[in-house]
Amino acid sequence: MFGFILRRLLSGVVLLFVISTLAYMLLYVGGGNIARRILGQQATAETVAQKTTELGLDRPLLVQYIDWLSHAVTGDFGTSWFTGEMVSSGITSRLGVTLSIVIGATVITAIVAVIIGVWAAVRGGWVDKVVQGVSILGFAIPGFLIALGLVTLFALNLKWFKPTGYVPLTESATGWLATVTLPIIALAIGGIAGVAQQVRGSVVDALQRDYVRTLRSRGLSFNRVVFKHVLRNAGGPALAVLAVQFVGLLGGAVIVERIFAIPGLGQVAVTATSQGDIPMVMGLVVAIAAMVVIINLLIDLLQGWLNPKVRLA
Amino acid sequence: MIDLTPATIPPKAQRTSLFVRLLKNPVGLASMIFLTLLVLSAIFAPLLTSVDPNQASLQDFLGPAREGHPLGFDSAGRDVFARLVYAGRFSLAGGLLALVIAAVIGVIGGLLAGYYRGWFDSVSSWLAGLLMAMPAIVVLLAARAVLGPSMWLSMAIFGVMLSPAFFRLVYASVTAVRDELYIDAARVSGLSDGSIIGRHILTVVRAPAIIQSAMVLGIAIAIQAGLDFLGLGDMTIPTWGTMLNDGFTNIYKEPLLILWPSLILALTCMALTLLANAMRDELERSAKPKKRKPLIATALMDFSKVAAVTHADDARTAALTGEVLLNISDLSVGYGQPDGSVKTVVHDVSLTVRRGEVHGLIGESGSGKTQTAWSILRLLPEGGHITGGAIVFEGKDLAEASEREMDRIRGKKIAYIPQEPMSNLDSSFTIGSQLVEPMRICLGISKKEATKRALELLSHVGIPNPQRTFNAYPHEVSGGMAQRVLIAGAISCEPDLLIADEPTTALDVTVQAEILQLLRRLQAELNMGVVLVTHNFGVVADLCDRVSVMREGRVIESGPVRAIFKAARHPYTQSLLNAILEEGEPRGELIAPTTRATTQGAQS
Amino acid sequence: MTEPLLDVKNVIVEYPVKGFRKDPFRALKGVSLDIRPGETVGLVGESGSGKTTLGRAVLGLAPVTGGEILYKGKDIAHLGRRERRSLSSDIQVVFQDPYTSLNPSLTIEQILVEPLTMRKIEGKAAARRVADLLDQVGLPSDAGDRLPREFSGGQRQRIAIARALALDPALIVCDEPVSALDLSTQARVLDLFKEIQERTGVAYLFVSHDLAVVRHLSHRVAVMFHGEIVEWGDGDQVTSAPTHPYTQRLFLAAPVPDPDRQEVRRADRDRLLAEQKAQGLQAGATA
Repeated sequence: MFGFILRRLLSGVVLLFVISTLAYMLLYVGGGNIARRILGQQATAETVAQKTTELGLDRPLLVQYIDWLSHAVTGDFGTSWFTGEMVSSGITSRLGVTLSIVIGATVITAIVAVIIGVWAAVRGGWVDKVVQGVSILGFAIPGFLIALGLVTLFALNLKWFKPTGYVPLTESATGWLATVTLPIIALAIGGIAGVAQQVRGSVVDALQRDYVRTLRSRGLSFNRVVFKHVLRNAGGPALAVLAVQFVGLLGGAVIVERIFAIPGLGQVAVTATSQGDIPMVMGLVVAIAAMVVIINLLIDLLQGWLNPKVRLA
Repeated sequence: MIDLTPATIPPKAQRTSLFVRLLKNPVGLASMIFLTLLVLSAIFAPLLTSVDPNQASLQDFLGPAREGHPLGFDSAGRDVFARLVYAGRFSLAGGLLALVIAAVIGVIGGLLAGYYRGWFDSVSSWLAGLLMAMPAIVVLLAARAVLGPSMWLSMAIFGVMLSPAFFRLVYASVTAVRDELYIDAARVSGLSDGSIIGRHILTVVRAPAIIQSAMVLGIAIAIQAGLDFLGLGDMTIPTWGTMLNDGFTNIYKEPLLILWPSLILALTCMALTLLANAMRDELERSAKPKKRKPLIATALMDFSKVAAVTHADDARTAALTGEVLLNISDLSVGYGQPDGSVKTVVHDVSLTVRRGEVHGLIGESGSGKTQTAWSILRLLPEGGHITGGAIVFEGKDLAEASEREMDRIRGKKIAYIPQEPMSNLDSSFTIGSQLVEPMRICLGISKKEATKRALELLSHVGIPNPQRTFNAYPHEVSGGMAQRVLIAGAISCEPDLLIADEPTTALDVTVQAEILQLLRRLQAELNMGVVLVTHNFGVVADLCDRVSVMREGRVIESGPVRAIFKAARHPYTQSLLNAILEEGEPRGELIAPTTRATTQGAQS
Repeated sequence: MTEPLLDVKNVIVEYPVKGFRKDPFRALKGVSLDIRPGETVGLVGESGSGKTTLGRAVLGLAPVTGGEILYKGKDIAHLGRRERRSLSSDIQVVFQDPYTSLNPSLTIEQILVEPLTMRKIEGKAAARRVADLLDQVGLPSDAGDRLPREFSGGQRQRIAIARALALDPALIVCDEPVSALDLSTQARVLDLFKEIQERTGVAYLFVSHDLAVVRHLSHRVAVMFHGEIVEWGDGDQVTSAPTHPYTQRLFLAAPVPDPDRQEVRRADRDRLLAEQKAQGLQAGATA
């Protein structure tokens, strides 16, 4: 098990390194004349050249990259070209907001999807049909349309929740709940649809396995077999889908934050993108890749715990 | 006796194309109609409206609907209807661009990686994982930061991001079929790699790839709308996303503005997903293997008119005087069909098992022998149920017993040994825990006691190192060992009746001999009644006291084992016994014995 | 004396093992046998004995790392893809599982035409040949436009035999061709194999785990154990009076379909095991 954890950890670090390298190369090569873009068309060639030197962009790309990397490993991702703010503090100050939404949505996705999926698989009949039909719709409709629908219905018409804004949990728990509930639901619906389908499928699959009959022939009740053996075996594929969904949830958060005017990473990303603030974009890419790597690592560990065969791979 | 003419082949099955079947599927038809209309409206946009979608006029700012402008105006005073129709062109074309790029990269990469394996496989699988690790929208934002707002560029990049969807699908299908025997057969037939991929592999990949295309197109259209909604798209072209952005900005002033693009976007994505699902349903329906019909018997002779034969006890069976454990009378088992009817697979089966007696159920595939065994345990697969008769065990009719009562009987009184040793152990738990858990429930003993007993049992069934096997996971032991573990589990609560379903079929013949010996020893030690399901007459001869021969769900002959082997009266039993090759005439020499064969025999 | 059609000399097959610097798995450890024209050589063994691997090596589907396989005096163990393909009309195959050896999405006619295209037999000539092949294996000629799933196991195996016969091969490798079939179907398919051999003079390398099946069909029999041939010779002698300890165990392990004789055999087996144990010969026999 220890070797398994080490291997996974190592492959996560490699992945993070490759993503940041690729992103750096593409962003700095593809950016064209960056100083000109920052200063605008009116700037003289002289000030542009001066700015280029100031930003260190006149050095060879590899040197720039090694410089960036050596700072990045200490947590220093440079400063924004437009606000002068430290990239790292710009990200960490908003990270909590995004994480609270995304992790909230992931947890709700996992819990609700398992309940619905198991229910559909075990009950069968109309329950199964309804769950399948609803999941197809939940999966089909783009998440931000669901978010728009929720805002219009619950915030603008029914006025149950605040349509926009964010109250940190440290300030007021109820305020926090009032502002994050709708975004979390909006994000979770698509995820639940996808994961519930998978849970249902793998439970149906696991229920047909031979060992279910054999365990029951030894006097174990149906519920015991389902909750101890079937769920554990169905857990692997469901977790794999959850890992994929998490990546989707992170992406979805960008749009949902915009709809609910939540000051998270998504907002930073949109602003940095439209300005062409490359150090900020670069920092965001690394932060998001790191989150994905960490979640995948956690899910891999869960997989290894659930299924001993995985540990060998 | 054996005639060479083959069985009559069944009437030709109906085969219709996927497209025709989709037309008959209401969801599929509705989706296709909607998508066709959408495509047509995008192509013929100039015929639907004469207004320029980009023509702005300040006095029409959020103007209401009027003649020639059925949906009114947006915040720049542009005609909403015209924008909606023209936007279809860009949204669909952008989605198609992403789809084509994703499909080309994914399908070709998946085919090559799956078929040739090697380094290309490792590299491309890793790349696919890399692409899937980043949220697409974040990558598109980063690209937008350096490349500017071009819909075509971002859709091309998104196509690359989506290619793992095809890659993984094709890769999985190819690796699934590449080890199929028909691929080997094609290779032996002399086909080149190109022809094998074209003929055998592409046909397998085609249908799932089409289904995936519908899904991917929906995702591409949605993400493009999302990008434009964030205001990061190309503002000079009308798209549903930019319309959403405009609508959202003005949601307090003109709530209807956001409705139209939302509606059309939601409907498009739904239609694509539902179409994909309808295709999958139709394909699954046609791919469902039909139950093999027992054609063997019909080919030889129609036995249904021949009455069942029951032999009287001989001296040996008369000596079996243990109490009657199991008395099955007129048992019928049926499976509910999708059309509401019930298909009966076991008809009026009756048999009796006394304590200490081994009763063989023999028959070919589809004879109902396993169904009979499972109904004694009341563990029929989904959809199966007992439709008639009684299964009286120790004075109680199991056909009528509640689930709770059955839970108390199973394991403790009636135990089961399955056919396939590996699939009958849960690979996620150690062998030990799978032995301990039932014992704690059935016998109500502590974990410590159960562990001690499990180790004793493992050693009792002939496992050389019980502690190691106890701690092992199922995939760490051989098939023969796994079968011993299952036998240990079955006898762990000292049952009165043992149901053994082809307990040696999956094993090698030398292992089979050992397992048969083990079963014989345990049966004698515990004085159990045994129902032994098998298709092997040798196994019957080795273990059984009485035999029931089954065919097409009925017992057609039953009696003491010697009567069946030496004085079978039913023509079907006779034909089965005649088909046995054991002890038959050898083929003999092809030509005179050669020195070559004998000299080589010793040295190799 | 006839020249052998196929001469397998000291063949070694090794599969690479996943993992860094692991020794390859040696599935065949130097195996030799020969097959004469029109002869059936039976190859018996249990799972993992290497019997299927030997069949696949002859077909060019397993990596031969040592020794040679001579077909009509020419080594075919190390041919390139192109040369190997030209051998398709000489050596053919019938696999064990009739459910996966036929592509489920092709019709029977498409399956049977596949090898014919190699010889540029097309159109009317191909259709005639397909009808002829179906007739040879006892299937009605209108079977051509059906899909494999419309046939029973035994019928599918007939189709697989027809495909093997399409190019009039001199040798067919039969890899457990009847072990997935019911008893009565099995007997009829075996008789078909026999009848075809008597008519066409094709030779078989007949791989099976079932001593009785091999005995029924084979002129000579080889017994494999752990990648080696332990006994090899006349079919009747090997299958009724074996001399190698493993073959003796194998022979006595198979139960006889007669309660009284099985009782005797069981006693014989117990005695043999006791004797071999005393001589320390029983290595590898336990499950």
